[in-house]
Amino acid sequence: MGSRSSHAALIPDVENIRRETGFSQASLLRLYHRFRALDRSKKGYLSRADLQQIGALAVNPLGDRIIDSFFPDGSQRVDFSGFVRVLAHFRPIDDDTGVRDPKQPEPLNSRTNKLRFAFQLYDLDQDGKISRHEMLQVLRLMVGVQVTEEQLESITDRTVQEADEDGDGAVSFLEFTKSLEKMDIEQKMSIRILK
Amino acid sequence: MWRGESPGPSWGPLLALVLVLTLGGLPRVRGFEEEPGGAHGASQGFQVVTFKWHHVQDPYIIALWILVASLAKIVFHLSHKVTSVVPESALLIVLGLVLGGIVWAADHIASFTLTPTVFFFYLLPPIVLDAGYFMPNRLFFGNLGTILLYAVIGTVWNAATTGLSLYGVFLSGLMGELKIGLLDFLLFGSLIAAVDPVAVLAVFEEVHVNEVLFIIVFGESLLNDAVTVVLYNVFESFVTLGGDEVTGVDCVKGIVSFFVVSLGGTLVGVVFAFLLSLVTRFTKHVRIIEPGFVFVISYLSYLTSEMLSLSAILAITFCGICCQKYVKANISEQSATTVRYTMKMLASGAETIIFMFLGISAVDPLIWTWNTAFVLLTLVFISVYRAIGVVLQTWILNRYRMVQLEPIDQVVMSYGGLRGAVAYALVVLLDENKVKEKNLFVSTTIIVVFFTVIFQGLTIKPLVQWLKVKRSEQREPKLNEKLHGRAFDHILSAIEDISGQIGHNYLRDKWSNFDRKFLSKVLMRRSAQKSRDRILNVFHELNLKDAISYVAEGERRGSLAFIRSPSTDNMVNVDFSTPRPSTVEASVSYLLRENVSAVCLDMQSLEQRRRSIRDTEDMVTHHTLQQYLYKPRQEYKHLYSRHELTPNENEKQDKEIFHRTMRKRLESFKSAKLGINQNKKAAKLYKRERAQKRRNSSIPNGKLPVESPVHNFTIKEKDLELSDPEEAPDYEAETSGGIEFLASVTKDTASDSPAGDTGSDTPLIGHSSPRGGSPAVSQQPPLPARLPRPHAPSPAPPENAAPVPAARSSREPGAGPTQGAGPERRALPGAHARSAAARRVHSRRSFQRPRARRRPALLKLASLQPPGPAELPPHALEQEETPL
Repeated sequence: MGSRSSHAALIPDVENIRRETGFSQASLLRLYHRFRALDRSKKGYLSRADLQQIGALAVNPLGDRIIDSFFPDGSQRVDFSGFVRVLAHFRPIDDDTGVRDPKQPEPLNSRTNKLRFAFQLYDLDQDGKISRHEMLQVLRLMVGVQVTEEQLESITDRTVQEADEDGDGAVSFLEFTKSLEKMDIEQKMSIRILK
Repeated sequence: MWRGESPGPSWGPLLALVLVLTLGGLPRVRGFEEEPGGAHGASQGFQVVTFKWHHVQDPYIIALWILVASLAKIVFHLSHKVTSVVPESALLIVLGLVLGGIVWAADHIASFTLTPTVFFFYLLPPIVLDAGYFMPNRLFFGNLGTILLYAVIGTVWNAATTGLSLYGVFLSGLMGELKIGLLDFLLFGSLIAAVDPVAVLAVFEEVHVNEVLFIIVFGESLLNDAVTVVLYNVFESFVTLGGDEVTGVDCVKGIVSFFVVSLGGTLVGVVFAFLLSLVTRFTKHVRIIEPGFVFVISYLSYLTSEMLSLSAILAITFCGICCQKYVKANISEQSATTVRYTMKMLASGAETIIFMFLGISAVDPLIWTWNTAFVLLTLVFISVYRAIGVVLQTWILNRYRMVQLEPIDQVVMSYGGLRGAVAYALVVLLDENKVKEKNLFVSTTIIVVFFTVIFQGLTIKPLVQWLKVKRSEQREPKLNEKLHGRAFDHILSAIEDISGQIGHNYLRDKWSNFDRKFLSKVLMRRSAQKSRDRILNVFHELNLKDAISYVAEGERRGSLAFIRSPSTDNMVNVDFSTPRPSTVEASVSYLLRENVSAVCLDMQSLEQRRRSIRDTEDMVTHHTLQQYLYKPRQEYKHLYSRHELTPNENEKQDKEIFHRTMRKRLESFKSAKLGINQNKKAAKLYKRERAQKRRNSSIPNGKLPVESPVHNFTIKEKDLELSDPEEAPDYEAETSGGIEFLASVTKDTASDSPAGDTGSDTPLIGHSSPRGGSPAVSQQPPLPARLPRPHAPSPAPPENAAPVPAARSSREPGAGPTQGAGPERRALPGAHARSAAARRVHSRRSFQRPRARRRPALLKLASLQPPGPAELPPHALEQEETPL
């Protein structure tokens, strides 16, 4: 168990981040260590290249898209709070969600937000819809080269058709949610280490 | 185990064995035995044929046993059903019992038992070396803290509690009269406490638990050796001394010796690993014995450590762990394969023999002393205390661990505490004069081993399955669910990687720096150091593979006519005009497979008319997805398997994805770094590129048959651009379509994806196109131009190639990355633009040269076949590849 010499106080703006993301102090500290480890040149923020150097991401078909999701709106850097905010989507949903202040925004790790995170990985042009073309791109990333282009296209068509309810040839977020309503998103999109 | 001291009696079992083997069990044909009277027959004069059994006896028996064990394995695996339910180790033990029974029936003496010498010197090392050499290092070191805690504290806890509890019960008189004292109990506790690596591996391999859980149990079983050895030695010496003589000093000595034994063993292992790596660095000219070094030096580390009475298991484990990286980089590919297979073979064989002989050894009435209370209580205590120990330690660990160990994990860990041959060998080693109840210990140990291996081994699989049954619903998921579900898996795995699921990144970084700066320089071949850059290796391999698959594909189809058959323009659904990400990646083999059958196409059109067809098609689709969706990393990542080598498919998948990713990144890198001075990384890349370049340019500049108009294919796949402008050989002569594979653009794709919508090369990476829509603009014009003439008789004009330089020109600081460059060049299609960019295109093609060069042969082959779509319906081929 690595050295935990430094203290949570080192993290800038720790309280706000904690409130927003719901991470525990320990997790935040751990993530902060990770953040700094990734930040090779100690710039205080992460660039794309920092994330790209994670070897395992290079063999992840969606690796680059996920990296992109850390850099919304074309920014080139992500600071710690941004970093944690993305990761917060994957925090397991708390058991004791009984009483939550309705005024407060939905926590980042809610089912909807988890889905939204996934959705925006598909929706490249951010028009709120996954077009057939966008779907095809993701599919291409995820299947082996053995699958022919035609099969891909037909799979795409089918997938879009299956989810598309209003017949506009694209999958809106609502349709996306609906097509996955039977799925245990809470579990599937959570990492238990991110408490 | 082959105690062939007295040659006489060993006759019987041998013959019995031979008969069992050959005649299928007619044990009474022993009259046969007298026949070869060479031994006692009068031996006057020269005999042409002599029967010299004693001459070969020992190795012969050994070889026969190995053969029996191996044959048994074959038999077990004839029925997949049996092996999927019963672990092989259990089967082997049972087989051993049967064989032991036969030998006993024939001979009435247990001639073959597993002796500690054979076990520790010959059978254990290969297994442990194998474990070390193929250890998933990252996982292992990531969980080292946990593993150490379980291995050290857990084992001490088990030993102490088991020994003390048994002693307590003994005092209560439940066991009757036994001549044992407290120390004997503790000694017994210490040898029965350790989880056995051989048994754990054998069972857990078939139970696919998650990798963290696996590495913890497995690591524990490996590392607890030091504890076991020390405890065993300490208590044995205490027993020898007698309870009264033991002083506090001895206890302190015992604790000290633990550190000496464990750290010393590790050190020995590391030193030998260093030696081994160093040696393999210089084996370039003796490739043939390269693999030998790996085994000999590792074995020496084991023996050395044994000689110094350190932990031999630790030594050889760490030897394997530490050397793997350097050895794998240094030795040739063939040697690496040899090492892999030999190691697996030895380990698997040793394991087989161990379990079989555990069974055989049990058939010996002389060792059996029964004491119901003692045996049962031992079983109860080891299980209960293991569980308690695991829960307690996990409770502590979970406060520090990133990956929490949940109750289910704890159950599996407790239940997976299998005891095995190490305990047996240790108990056999006991001196009967000192430990009066040795036989009781031996029989109890055998019972414990059998119980854990057979009973727990049998039940752990259902247990694991039962505990994990959360998805009770078994419906075929919808397409969306399947697709997105897989996407979620990938996302999760990526997020885990980003969030650094397994800690210690800081240390790891430090280590890898140190490794890069010093260790690798010393221990790795220079060539290996260079080629460590995986990008180029992978890329090179992929190119080779492409070339091969291109040829193979052509051969399989019997001709290349499928490319030129007139129907292809409908079938080739590749939209090469729009620079979509995947078309960028399309390789030749990909392109070739693209030609799906007309059948598929029919189905598509049919589907529009009839909905009913959708069912079948859905099935096909589901199946395709099932088969070809990339598996998320965790699922396929192979940890460690005794019997299987890393499956190629995973490597392939990794390579594929890696390939894609790197291409994309390079594209974006090029566009992003435009104008910025090349940083170090880029410079490095360039160097590699040049190396690659040289390799490529060594391929003779084969002229390609430009004359045949039908063979115009456009390869718009933008291969990872790795050429260097300065070094690009001049290939201008071929500008007009040496290897232009013409992809016909079908109407539907053209309309589907109006080339503009994702104009940039890398639409995935938003920031990556500072040059705006330049490629989109530049690429659109040729589109309509090309549509009407997919089979244009003239060689494809350079306009097909032009978009590439246009898109690429950005990477080049000097050669006018201006917006105008692309269109301008296209405006002059005839002009052989000798810009660096154009040359780069050509040199890029040089990657494909090997493929291209084979084409003439293939074409010849093709010409033998009746052209047209008549031959081999491609659909059949498709089915061949993907049996539905």
